[in-house]
Amino acid sequence: MILGKIFALLLFSTGEAPGSPLDVNPGLIIWTLVTVALLLVILKKIAWKPILNSLNERENLIRESLEKAEKARVEAEELFEQNKENLKKSEAEAQKIIEQGRQYADKLREQILEDSKQQSRRMIEEATQEIERKNAEAFSKLKDQVADIAVSAAEKILRENLDKEKQMKIITKYLEDLSKN
Amino acid sequence: MWYNTSAVTDSLKAAESGGNDSGWIMHHILDSRELDFEPFGVIHLPEIHLFGIDLSITKHVVFMWLAALLLILIFWKVSKAYRKSKVPHGISNMMEVLVVFVRDEIARPTIGNGYERFLPYLLTVFFFILTCNFLGLVPYAATATSNIAVTATLATMSFLVIQIGGMIKNGFFGYFKGLIPHGIPFWLIPIMFVVEILGLFTKPFALAIRLFANMTAGHIVILALLGLIFILKTYIVVPVSVSFALFIYLLEILVALIQAYIFTMLSSLFIGMAYHQEH
Repeated sequence: MILGKIFALLLFSTGEAPGSPLDVNPGLIIWTLVTVALLLVILKKIAWKPILNSLNERENLIRESLEKAEKARVEAEELFEQNKENLKKSEAEAQKIIEQGRQYADKLREQILEDSKQQSRRMIEEATQEIERKNAEAFSKLKDQVADIAVSAAEKILRENLDKEKQMKIITKYLEDLSKN
Repeated sequence: MWYNTSAVTDSLKAAESGGNDSGWIMHHILDSRELDFEPFGVIHLPEIHLFGIDLSITKHVVFMWLAALLLILIFWKVSKAYRKSKVPHGISNMMEVLVVFVRDEIARPTIGNGYERFLPYLLTVFFFILTCNFLGLVPYAATATSNIAVTATLATMSFLVIQIGGMIKNGFFGYFKGLIPHGIPFWLIPIMFVVEILGLFTKPFALAIRLFANMTAGHIVILALLGLIFILKTYIVVPVSVSFALFIYLLEILVALIQAYIFTMLSSLFIGMAYHQEH
């Protein structure tokens, strides 16, 4: 307003021609002031505040959503990595368990084999001993039997060949020999 | 080419009176006490005198009010749409582009921190000037922003916003102290002070003159091009005149946008300079 008056003074000191575009109408200044001030107040209340607020809200919402999505992506990636690692770990573990089982089985097999070998050897030994013992037993039995048979045979022979004449002859001869000496 | 109808009747009147009068051009540019709807008629606006000031409703006042009413209606609708859903569509989308433009391309880069405080003023001025400029391109309407009283008032408001903004931020004395650049010899200080104070006034002066001149010039050129037909009194120039006038009209659409942008941009820039004086 003040400036408008300054303009008016500056511009029209040279003499006003009626109907110049540089005419300043003080009424128009006041109306402009009133209009713009009212417009400012009304628009600020009904438009700028709600619009700017919702713009900010929306921008925040978008930013937050993007951040959330990014976070979720990172988390998913981490989870995926973790899963992969876990899988790898469990696979390795399974491999280890299988390996251990195989080793144990091998050991067990060897041990069983060894045991059975030993057992069979022992059994063979025992059997040999038994055979030997039986052999010896049989031999001694045989010996006894043979001796018995021999004695009984000798008895029979002796019983059959023992007669008087022969005996006498042997004795006389023996006596003769003795007397000669 | 709505200028045609009224321009023709005016030019004929001028031709009848026999003078090479250019008054009919001014008749379209200047403010008046009536709304011309030739050939349909004329509406006489009421005259009001209060406290010794002529507060009559003039043509430019009517079109300012029309612009204000349009803005209030549009933005009432837009903000209602925002309350309904966060996703804008239709007219809200278009208005949002402009609002975001003023916020992100004008206010934020030029003012920086604390730009929110000035945003309502800048938005209001931007949309008001834009609407007034565009109303000037509508048949039978008038351009309120081609009146120097209107632009000077707008510039004065910008001036007040600039000064008060600077004083709120830097304090009354701090603001004037901050006007003088740092590191100049002390004997230069009085001269610099005067220069800077003058600078404070030349900025809004330039704002007012720029908007006024730009909005007036386009209309004068269009009317002059059409007037050529009647001055030369031949139909041969009609294609040239009309096509050139059409071209200027299209240019005026651009100018309407650019001038609204420049006024807001420079106001914002000066607010920023007053608000953050260290830069």
